[in-house]
Amino acid sequence: MSHVPQSRKGRPTPERGDTELARLARAVRREIVQMSHRGRAPHLGSCLSCVDILVTAYWRVLDIDPARPTTEDRDRLILSKGHAAAALYATLAHRGFFPMDELATFNLPGSRLPEQPTPQGVPGVEAATGSLGHGLSIGLGMALAGRINGLDYRVLVVLSDGECNEGSVWEAAMFAAAQRLSNVVAIVDFNRWQATGRSEQVMALSPLVDKFAAFGWSAREVDGHDISELAESLRQAPLDPDKPTALIARTVKGKGVSFMEDDNNWHYRIPSDQELQAALDELAES
Amino acid sequence: MRNAFAKTLTELAADDERLVLLSGDIGNRMFDGFKTACPDRFFNCGVAEANMMSMAAGLAMSGLRPVVYTIVPFVTTRCLEQIRVDVCYHHVPVVIVGVGGGLSYASLGATHHSCEDLALMRALPHMRVVCPGDAHETRAALKAAVALSEPVYLRLGKKGEPLVHSAEPALEIGRAITVREGADAVLLSTGNLLPTAVEVADLLAPEGLVLRVVSVHTVKPLDETALADAFQTTPLVATLEEHSLLGGLGGAVAEWLAEQPPSRGRLLRLGTADSFLHEAGGQDHARQLYELTPPQIAARIRDALHLPDPAAK
Repeated sequence: MSHVPQSRKGRPTPERGDTELARLARAVRREIVQMSHRGRAPHLGSCLSCVDILVTAYWRVLDIDPARPTTEDRDRLILSKGHAAAALYATLAHRGFFPMDELATFNLPGSRLPEQPTPQGVPGVEAATGSLGHGLSIGLGMALAGRINGLDYRVLVVLSDGECNEGSVWEAAMFAAAQRLSNVVAIVDFNRWQATGRSEQVMALSPLVDKFAAFGWSAREVDGHDISELAESLRQAPLDPDKPTALIARTVKGKGVSFMEDDNNWHYRIPSDQELQAALDELAES
Repeated sequence: MRNAFAKTLTELAADDERLVLLSGDIGNRMFDGFKTACPDRFFNCGVAEANMMSMAAGLAMSGLRPVVYTIVPFVTTRCLEQIRVDVCYHHVPVVIVGVGGGLSYASLGATHHSCEDLALMRALPHMRVVCPGDAHETRAALKAAVALSEPVYLRLGKKGEPLVHSAEPALEIGRAITVREGADAVLLSTGNLLPTAVEVADLLAPEGLVLRVVSVHTVKPLDETALADAFQTTPLVATLEEHSLLGGLGGAVAEWLAEQPPSRGRLLRLGTADSFLHEAGGQDHARQLYELTPPQIAARIRDALHLPDPAAK
């Protein structure tokens, strides 16, 4: 019997090097572009910016078992920026939560994979998000439950920078600090765009690290496309044993496809046949 | 009602380790017993109701049974989207408890009135809407709500309301309680106007009118059996609530009635007008303005039955 690496809770964990994970992230991006094209679904730029965060979390950080997706002591990840559901679906399918071929049903009538995740939908989706500013608070509830139930799981919440416009994010930030919820990590996918403008201009968003620090979190900036840096920071969390952790991940909207990168038209656009092919060429296995 | 709620919740939490109480910086000293008995299951969530409601959903998703408590407008309209999406869409067992229902906190102004909450909560899929009529019903309703494993909105009055029941009644969510029998007209009361409904019946009794008084503690789902019986057997069915005529008990009964075959009884809806109050005054004063005091209600019933006012002789 071959040796299968196991997590601290005895779950099998995939052992992948940085190069292999980067290749996996490219495959997830290819899948996402095809899903957007096939399912006529927008938010492609938002999906592509958080792929490396999701791949790092699901392969390097989260203590999970796709065969037992609801076990009580699993780590949880909430994609609070629910409009990037395609990125989550593609990641979960690659990680083995549900069959890869189901991704072809994305956004089609009757599918378990609508544009934004539903509750009791596919395995691995922890919360139905899409209305911004809910995921962090739901995550705090899960983190409190872990404390009450004496379980040592962690809760990761991926937010968008535009989402930090919502007052509820800062309600959650104050509460998490008051309760010293060190089992919570918020990762802000800081791609510097929201739906219709630069996120630092629509609202006075910056400096986000200082803002979270002022709200009682230990916060640091990371390169949101550097898998090894992301993994290192996530593994170090909590950065302070008495505080929740915020990672402000510098990202590029549309990352991985040159003509989509940092072009906010791809918040809404759906690739044409030619654009799909061009994107797939750029994302091809190297 | 609120003290009955706090005491009963503390008793329930001693037996059920899944119960967690979230309070929106309110209930000073009221929860001391709960905090002493279950220190790790009480959270003062501050004046931040959106976060409080979503956290409750997160707790419920993790197998716990959160009870969320603050004044009605702040636990309903303030965080309506969190209730809709995180509690109802996810279909998780959160018990939302609003204190100060209707005009209970009239003197605090319209910011603290709640005459729209039943309409809003009723419209949400999966939500049960429960308004106990006195402290005894409050105890029974809380137990039933916690046992249900569904989203429940429990709307309380304040404290010190008159008791209608002499002991805790058998209460099933969705099944109205007949408080007094009668066949000349039916008063369907929800929430804190139940003592008023009994007073109205007492006022009209010397005139030879025997009113049935029913506590419709559950506004959703409606007790259709009790409604059908009321409309078939009596000439007049009046709904009574400290809530707008739009979308509350009266609205719900009217919706139901519109699709029924013709019946003997006609519907009279009594509640608050489609307006805000702009003047000072307590609950009794506000009820007077909205014509919800016992003599005013009795007069409306006489009118509806085409009976003379004995005092006008």
